[in-house]
Order: sequence, then C-alpha cells, then structure tokens
Amino acid sequence: MSVLLVGITVFVLAAFVGFEIISKVPPTLHTPLMSGANAISGITIIGAIAAAGLGASPLAQILGFLAVVTATINVVGGFLVTDRMLEMFKSRRDRDRDSK
Amino acid sequence: MTEVLYLGAAVAFIVGLKQLGGPRTARNGNRIAALGMLVAIAVTLVAEDIINWGTLAAGLAVGAGLGAWFALRVQMTSMPQMVAAFNGFGGIASALVAAVAVVEVGLADQAPETVVTLLISTVIGALTFTGSFVAFGKLQGILPGRPLVFPGQKIVNSALAVGLVGVAIWAAISGDTAGYWAVGAIALVIGVMAVIPIGGADMPVVISLLNSFSGLAAAAAGFAIESNALIIGGALVGAAGLILTIQMTAAMNRSLANVLFAGFGSDGSTVAGTMSDKPVTRATPDDVAIALAYAESVMIVPGYGLAVAQAQHAVRELADSLEEMEIDVHYAIHPVAGRMPGHMNVLLAEADVAYEQLLDLEQADPQFANTDVVLILGANDVVNPSARDDPDSPIYGMPILNVDRAAKVIVLKRSLSPGFAGIDNPLFYDQKTLMFFTDAKAGLEETQSALKHL
Repeated sequence: MSVLLVGITVFVLAAFVGFEIISKVPPTLHTPLMSGANAISGITIIGAIAAAGLGASPLAQILGFLAVVTATINVVGGFLVTDRMLEMFKSRRDRDRDSK
Repeated sequence: MTEVLYLGAAVAFIVGLKQLGGPRTARNGNRIAALGMLVAIAVTLVAEDIINWGTLAAGLAVGAGLGAWFALRVQMTSMPQMVAAFNGFGGIASALVAAVAVVEVGLADQAPETVVTLLISTVIGALTFTGSFVAFGKLQGILPGRPLVFPGQKIVNSALAVGLVGVAIWAAISGDTAGYWAVGAIALVIGVMAVIPIGGADMPVVISLLNSFSGLAAAAAGFAIESNALIIGGALVGAAGLILTIQMTAAMNRSLANVLFAGFGSDGSTVAGTMSDKPVTRATPDDVAIALAYAESVMIVPGYGLAVAQAQHAVRELADSLEEMEIDVHYAIHPVAGRMPGHMNVLLAEADVAYEQLLDLEQADPQFANTDVVLILGANDVVNPSARDDPDSPIYGMPILNVDRAAKVIVLKRSLSPGFAGIDNPLFYDQKTLMFFTDAKAGLEETQSALKHL
C-alpha cells in the first residue's frame, strides 16, 4: 500500500473515532472540549520541531522558528487554559464540600 | 520504536478526548492528552537528527512562555477570543511547517501527492490564521462586531477563490515556488474576507469551524511530512470541530452556508420599528425582588450580556439567597448563548455554580410551563417567541427557550435595542414581562439588596 493510501486510511478511521467520541459530549463541556481539542491540533509541533531543527537555509530556520513558537503557544496555552476551566467545573457535592 | 511511541501519543489523544466528555473525568482527560503531547515532543527531539538546537530551544521557550502567559491571565469572559487566537496559532504553525518543506526541497522535486498536501496544508492553515484573528478582533472589540459588508463583496470573494485554485494548479504543475507563496498570500486574504461579513452572534459557529480547520491543517501537514501522529491528531480535531459546527448551526436553524455568506443582521431594514412604540412594563429592583421572593421555582436564562457585564458572580450570589429561601433555582442555557459553544457554562462554573443546575435546551424547555419566574440576563434572540410564531421573522424556526410559557418573565437589559440579529422581541411587550433596564451586574446587586430588605 502506498504511503498516501495508508495516510488516507488512518485519517478516515481517526475522523470516525473523533465523531464517535465527541458526539456524546454534553453542552456544558463544549468550551473546554473545544480548547482541549485545539491543544491537540498543536500536534503539528512535531512537524515544526523537525522543520526548525533540520532547516539548512536561513529562511527555513526563520520559518521553522516561527512554526515552533506558534505551535508551542497552541499546545502549552491550550492545555493550560483547558485545565484552568475544568478546575472550576464542580458538582453540587464538590461545591458543598468546599464551602465547609 | 519511534512509531510505537507516536502511536501511544495518538491513543492518549483519543482517551483524553473521550474523558473530556464527562464532567468528572474531563480534567484527567485533558492531562492524558497533554501527556501524549509531551511524549510526542520528546520522541521527536530524540529521533530527529537535530542540528539547530539553539533556534529550537528559543522557539520552544518563547512559545511556552507566551502560551502560559495568555492561558493564565485570560478572563473567563474572554475565553471565545482566546480559543480563536489559539486556533489561529495552530493554523499558521501547520502552514509554516509546509512552507519550510517548500523552502528546503522546492516543489519541483516533490512527489505529486506531496505537492498537493503541502498546498492544502498551507491554504487551510493560512486562512485559519487570518480568519481566527479577525474573529479575535471582533470578539475583543478591536473590530466592529457587526457584519462588515460592501458592494461587490461576493464577486471579490469568488474571484479570490477562483484565483486561489488557478494559482495552486499552476504552482503544482510548474513546480514554481513563486506560485506556492502566491497561494499562501491569497489564502491569508481569504481568511480575512471570509470572517469580516459574519456578525458577532454567529461567532459560536465560526469558532467551531476554525477549530475544525486548525485540525485539518495539521492533518494535511501530516500527509505532507508523512506523520501518522499528525494525521490522527488533526483528524480527531477536525471531526470534533465539525460536530460542534453542525450542532451550532442546528441550534440556529440555519445552514452553514447561510451563516458564512448571508451577512446576517446586516440588513438594517429588518429592525421592526412597528413594535418599538408599544408600551413595556418597567420594573424597579424592589419589583424584581418581590417577584422572586414569592416564587417557588426560578429559571435563570443567561446570554452574552451576562459575560459583557461580568455578572456571573452577582447572579450566583442572588441564586444563593433564593436557595436559602427554599426557592428552586436552575439555569437554562441555549446552545448559542454567548460567543462560543458552552461559553455560559464556563462563566457560571467560574462563579461556583454546580453543573447539575445548568440545563440545556432539551432539559430546560419542558420545565418553563411549571416555572414561576424566568429571569433573563442579557439574552435576546434565544428567547424571542417570533422564532416560533412569526413565519416572516428572519430567525423563524430557530429552536428557542420558550420562556413565555412561565408565569412571569423578568428581563434585565440595558435598553430596548434589538440584539445582534437586529430583530425586535415581542417578549418584551408581553403582559407577563417585567423590563428592568440596567446593566446586568448592577441590576443583580440592586435586586440582591432589595431582597435583603423585604
């Protein structure tokens, strides 16, 4: 099987997995879900690392550097802000326990 | 071994996303996904024969510092623009990954399918970048939130789209990198042009769609550099964003095409001047406090006005006082209340409202008939009965919270001015409705003190 065909297979299967697991998320968690998913899209950081780390020409290094910066903002910022939000989501029981 | 670890990271993303779906497991899920990312980064650093350690370390440090700084100081009310900005950064990162491949290898020496995926990654990434930052500007108030439309806009946009495809085909066939850069530049312009005609109230759809695009850009970059981790991560996010996009458009009873291309709310003539001279029943804080105090059940309907006024803590305090009086309090949250999916839920969670009290449209709607008082805080179109009753209304058919089925409705609102959609709301003139013209936060605090003095 060609590399492209393998890639398409992986893509289609992953998209189906995504549809399956996301479609049941309750509306109350939509914002953290979106920002968490957004952080996962920062996986492009591994491409950025290779680009910045291997780039031979100055232009490639500059673009690679920018790719690493923006991807890292996306990854670090995305996961941190999601954690900050989720820390606030409390059930009635948690809330009553905290206030005691 | 490298591939196995990348697969482990992909599994962590899937498990993490799955756990993000439940309130009890969500925080853990986010951490699992973050751990997967850490593994992927570490593997890449070890497996690639990196030469430019200095550049790389500087990039990682700057990015991590900025990302952490943004994430830790952003206010919950500003979460929609924060997510928009992060989508934009993710998009441009994918486009830049493709750009580096083009700079290093050129287009002529790449396999045809690689050229295509490089172009796709660049186009989606670049338009996600500018589109996201236009959305950011609108949400942050730097750009006007209303749709920006001009004569000939559709012709210009069509020309850009045709031009993009034409130049991309030429670049792919000729292998000329100048064509590649032109494609990137056109995509940047398209991102701007696509989002400026979209009104602030439609931002939940736009952000969801850009979220999906940031994933697709990563997946396309994954095809170009032959990385399954990128393809899987990107496909997951693409699917997640698409689901939310579909849910948001369904909640507005509009097609995606209508949201993107209609310039909704731009037509000032639809503002119904016919009803605006009708009398409304004005209420004082005392009136509101009395109505609430004698209720057995109260349903609070928050909207974007709550976020603007930063009134989430004030509403929680009022709700606490009502609960001490043994009044049953719940919150009814429309899917498109606020500026991104789940925006209101995050705000109320910040104010320590337990998530069991937050009802979605399906849960809340049947309860209005048995509710004594509905308290509307800065929401408008999502409670507009003309979406149900008036076939001529631009929002006709949109699922609404049928608050007018409750015994009494209290609306806290700055003025009678219509919402973003520019549509008058017959609810405000209903005999059972009390209008309390005020800033949501100030009004809630006045009501709270009136309640104490009853």
